[in-house]
Amino acid sequence: MTTLAIVNARLVDPATGLDRTGALYVREGRIVATGEVQRDFRAETTLDARGMGVAPGLVDLAARLREPGLEHKATLESELQAAIAGGVTSLACPPDTDPPLDEPGLVEMLKHRARMLNQAHVYPVGALTQQLAGEALTEMGELAEAGCVAFSNADFAVEDTQVLMRAMQYAQTFGHRVWLRPQDPWLARGGVAHEGEVATRLGLAPIPVAAETIHLATIFALARATRSRVHIARLSSAAGAAMLRAAKAEGLEVTADVGIHHLHLCDVDIGWFDPQARFVPPLRGTRDRDALRVAVADGTIDAICSDHAPADDDAKMLPFAEADPGATGLELLLPLVLQWAREAKLPLATALSRITCRPADILGVDAGTLRAGAPADLCVFDPEEPWRVTRAALASQGKNTPYAGMEVVGRVRWTIVGGNVVHAAV
Amino acid sequence: MARSSQLNAEGRLTHLLTLEGLPPGIITGILDTADPFVSVGEREVKKVPLLRGKAIFNLFFENSTRTRTTFEIAAKRLSADVINLNIGASSTTKGETLLDTIDNLCAMNADMFVVRHSESGAPHLIASHLAATGRSDVHVVNAGDGRHAHPSQGLLDLYTIRHYKRDFRELAVAIVGDVLHSRVARSLIHGLTTLGTPDVRVIAPATLLPASVGALGVRAYHDMRAGLAGCDVVVMLRLQSERMKGALLPSPGEYFKHYGLTAEKLALAKPDAIVMHPGPMNRGVEIDSAVADGERSVILPQVTFGIAVRMAVMSTIAGN
Repeated sequence: MTTLAIVNARLVDPATGLDRTGALYVREGRIVATGEVQRDFRAETTLDARGMGVAPGLVDLAARLREPGLEHKATLESELQAAIAGGVTSLACPPDTDPPLDEPGLVEMLKHRARMLNQAHVYPVGALTQQLAGEALTEMGELAEAGCVAFSNADFAVEDTQVLMRAMQYAQTFGHRVWLRPQDPWLARGGVAHEGEVATRLGLAPIPVAAETIHLATIFALARATRSRVHIARLSSAAGAAMLRAAKAEGLEVTADVGIHHLHLCDVDIGWFDPQARFVPPLRGTRDRDALRVAVADGTIDAICSDHAPADDDAKMLPFAEADPGATGLELLLPLVLQWAREAKLPLATALSRITCRPADILGVDAGTLRAGAPADLCVFDPEEPWRVTRAALASQGKNTPYAGMEVVGRVRWTIVGGNVVHAAV
Repeated sequence: MARSSQLNAEGRLTHLLTLEGLPPGIITGILDTADPFVSVGEREVKKVPLLRGKAIFNLFFENSTRTRTTFEIAAKRLSADVINLNIGASSTTKGETLLDTIDNLCAMNADMFVVRHSESGAPHLIASHLAATGRSDVHVVNAGDGRHAHPSQGLLDLYTIRHYKRDFRELAVAIVGDVLHSRVARSLIHGLTTLGTPDVRVIAPATLLPASVGALGVRAYHDMRAGLAGCDVVVMLRLQSERMKGALLPSPGEYFKHYGLTAEKLALAKPDAIVMHPGPMNRGVEIDSAVADGERSVILPQVTFGIAVRMAVMSTIAGN
């Protein structure tokens, strides 16, 4: 397909502030014009998107594809299908595979396999330390050449602050951004739930908010000392959001994201030990959730990610503390962001910026806008269409979600990558 | 999984998973049912035929000779067939999951599982699995899960208190020790507050109290003397040896000095205050022998009542 027209659509481009009804034209995989109808454009394919929104393809900063090594949970095939079914056209995958992404060969293989599937763009995040053990640095130069866009230690804290400082300095040397999950490993040790009434009632080992704020303070102090660019992955608390706000006001080059579930759920949703509500970081209190919503709305938190963590049923059919943390998220990202936008009374473009242009900037990739000349990666969605979250409705191999059986609103109709329609809802 | 599924559609108890949220009538109903069972143990033939032909599996994923034995005796006095399985921690290394074990035992026509597990929520998981697989006729009794709940212990503690003190609505009860890790404390607190006990206190150093403990409806004390003042009931908790030296506490000696129950400290409680302990006791760590063996100690009657209460629990849920 070399030419494509999408007509009668509500075009929403958060990057440019565009929000109008009109047409969008694609030639040779790139957007050539947005807005007015062009009568002389000859499109091989025309999609009538009446009643639908056309946004840049979504950009997800954290989607576990489980390859290599964890194929019993999910595969590249299944999860890239889930990505395009959810309108996600670019995604970053964390290095917590088995083995972890600490070798260029692994990254090249992943990139190659993703290219062969020709669906969403896959941007691997390389391991910051070998084996994610927090001791020795990885060959970041080689890993970047192989395709890594950033470096992180996944959900494992680098305990040794000297190693952490050097890792940040080394990454800074080559202009790479370090992504860090702020959680003090000592305070969080053994913990599985937010320290509060729910954990106390249920007798679940707690993770105090101080586990997040202590590690944030460490990260910010090192960012200040090394003048390096840091991305904070998965904030969970009101206190953490306040510290991020102060760090930005101070002028530190810091960005941050939050998982979509943390904008909707809190520790009360654990109910009677529901393993689907076990997350890393843990779901915190209602005040934390509300503060995270405010921080995303005012731009303190830059991006919302799915924190996609597909798990097999066996890994969830366990006592709460033994169950795999996380939920499948690629296909729920858009509806749950739309729900947040409705509840927070935010303009659609503002809400969508948190899953398009802002994460694209953090990734440093050419994506997340409808500007002429940009790659034609698009998400065409019906913002009003309800659908029920069932096993059959999810393309992801992971059926693990606290939204199982519930109805959500907002459904992807077409997903377009490089000008090709790669997903069409039936 | 969203709700505690221990009550059936008619509101009757079909599993015993926790005392939290149980209607007071169900709790007092079990205590009333236990009354005649106390005398069964005193008869020459210590058996009643209530659960004849029923297969009860004692499923202990965590070792506990005492609790397992009391459940076994209770089941046998109800004429049930009892099968003890000490699975310990090795089951997961063998590769069989908790729910696989349950499915296998259901295939052997189990009628009831008495479950002890080191993880909070394991009995809830089993109960919801049974419901999801259409075996709601199989019952689950939580015999202690992680730090969460030990409801049969909570009930026997309530039975003991009622036996000596009668009206819960006039009592001050102090629970002393490692509340943080204690399923016994959590279950007793829920039971007491449900039955209207106006003054429930927990006494411990800050390292042994969970966050927001006040949300359970108790008042927290760090000073044992202040906490014991005017109490009707003193419940001492067991301090596990691995927690006596480390970041929670510096030494058993210092613990005993500040939180061990001595005759001198007990004198601050009401003159007729009773002393309870779920066992096994660490003499000289949480309780002085003179108090443990003293005239106000009801620790051994607790054990006797425990069998009657467990008979009441098993016959109640099997009959619903």
